[in-house]
Amino acid sequence: MVENEGIRRYVAHAILWLGIAIVAFPVYLAIVASTQDAASIANGQMSLLPGGHLIETYYKTIFVGTSGSTREPVGVMLMNSLVMALAIACGKIAISIISAYAVVYFRFPLRMTIFWLIFITLMLPVEVRIYPTYKIAADLQLLDSYAGLTLPLIASATATLLFRQFFMTVPDELLEASRIDGAGPLRFFWDTLLPLSRTNIAALFVILFIYGWNQYLWPLLITTRDDMQTIVIGIRKMITTSDALTEWPVVMATAVLAMLPPVVVVVVMQKLFVRGLVETEK
Amino acid sequence: MHKNVVFQHRWLPYLLIAPQLLIVLAFFYWPALQAVWQSFLLQDAFGLSTTFVGFENYVELIRQPEYFGAVIRTFVFSALIAGSSLSFALLLAVMADKPLSGSTVYRTLLIWPYAVAPAVAGVLWIFMLHPSLGMVARGLRALGLDWNPLLNGNHAMILVVLAAAWKQISYNFLFFLAGLQSIPKSVLEAAAIDGAGPMRRFWTVTFPLLTPTIFFLIVVNIVYAFFDTFGIIDAMTGGGPAKATETLVYKVYLDGLLGGNLGSSAAQSVLLMMMVIVLTAIQFRYVERKVTY
Repeated sequence: MVENEGIRRYVAHAILWLGIAIVAFPVYLAIVASTQDAASIANGQMSLLPGGHLIETYYKTIFVGTSGSTREPVGVMLMNSLVMALAIACGKIAISIISAYAVVYFRFPLRMTIFWLIFITLMLPVEVRIYPTYKIAADLQLLDSYAGLTLPLIASATATLLFRQFFMTVPDELLEASRIDGAGPLRFFWDTLLPLSRTNIAALFVILFIYGWNQYLWPLLITTRDDMQTIVIGIRKMITTSDALTEWPVVMATAVLAMLPPVVVVVVMQKLFVRGLVETEK
Repeated sequence: MHKNVVFQHRWLPYLLIAPQLLIVLAFFYWPALQAVWQSFLLQDAFGLSTTFVGFENYVELIRQPEYFGAVIRTFVFSALIAGSSLSFALLLAVMADKPLSGSTVYRTLLIWPYAVAPAVAGVLWIFMLHPSLGMVARGLRALGLDWNPLLNGNHAMILVVLAAAWKQISYNFLFFLAGLQSIPKSVLEAAAIDGAGPMRRFWTVTFPLLTPTIFFLIVVNIVYAFFDTFGIIDAMTGGGPAKATETLVYKVYLDGLLGGNLGSSAAQSVLLMMMVIVLTAIQFRYVERKVTY
């Protein structure tokens, strides 16, 4: 304000760049490591500059997999992660938007009871009910299936609350107008409410896609077959095989591939991401 | 709270709410009730018979020094993550809040770690700090520090905290930045005219006005440290060495998985559920206050 702004500004720039460097360094190292040969990394002779094995390593990672074991190639895991993340994001949005619609636009017995039942699930994260949930999934024959990976994670109190909040702000005149036009409840939902919710849906999708992609505990429990593994689970299994045999360039290439889709989504859809993050915290 | 104009329909609303309700009942309430029920049962070593034992599992648990250790460890772990991540993020947010050229670029370059999966974050940090091949670990050894997270419990704890805090920086940064930007500039200008320097302005004006954000973030960070760090711990240390990084959630997982001690595991789950309820209640009380301000 009144102090010599010039120097302060340089200091601020310097601190920010230093912070960015610290935050980015682990990822830089992973990218560099994925382009070098396994032997020099294992000896601790890794260089800080990219090596010449980029194409070779990524080809091997995506299409072949690690050589030491019978692991699936990472391409399969990427596919599984993609299916899981999309199914969770779309599923959560779909079932939440229709339940919010029911709660806001209809009067029916047990309406608020059901709403509270959904709301309270906020306090029951999968981490506190690990084994009973696993047992139910097993009883329903959901192990090693996409349905098992996604279905139990699809309920969403946050998304339901968010849509409810938004529907409450939609003016009643819209409903009256579409009634005069002779539209029934489904027509009103499809033609009026859904188009109005577009931004909310998009913001939520960004957050939920990341949430789905990064799931760990549930896929760890529910998948036993290698070809059903997600990339986040697969990478962990690559290191636990005896230390000396860990193929670090492949592991690091897998890490880069595991980070890429969600990071790209955040960076490209930054506005929606920030909006979604702030809204889901309300 | 309620719409004045609504539709009348006998069964459509039930049909609309049914999918969510079924999933919630099948995968949330039923398992939660099972956990509560199981926490009152004792299974024999072979899983052949179970007997109702009342609160015995809980009493046993509270008597166990191991459980007490895990409680303390989880709190220390949470405090370390919240403390380091919040202070680093606040520093960066205060810098980014200044009218700098390229401030949107800074934001973009600082928010992406949010998208990195916890387990992947763990793998990145192991690679840097692996005692034999990690680049940073070699540097530490060259400085004469006997860094070995595979054997030294404190080192393992530091390793896990670093990875967990790293991942949480972007979240904290975004909320701090939003908090800082909502502080009216006129207040800060008034303080400047009264002769308060930048440091003084920060501690007497900005920081107090930021306390709601700080409080909110502390709760969110504790919830994160409790539950979302499972992947980090599992990928980095598996709770070891010698339980040095075994948090409450990780203990539930291990006790049910390896020990097969379902009664005790269920009792731990129920205690954790209570902690989530308390944390969520605090979070919602705060949100309510923010709305009425």
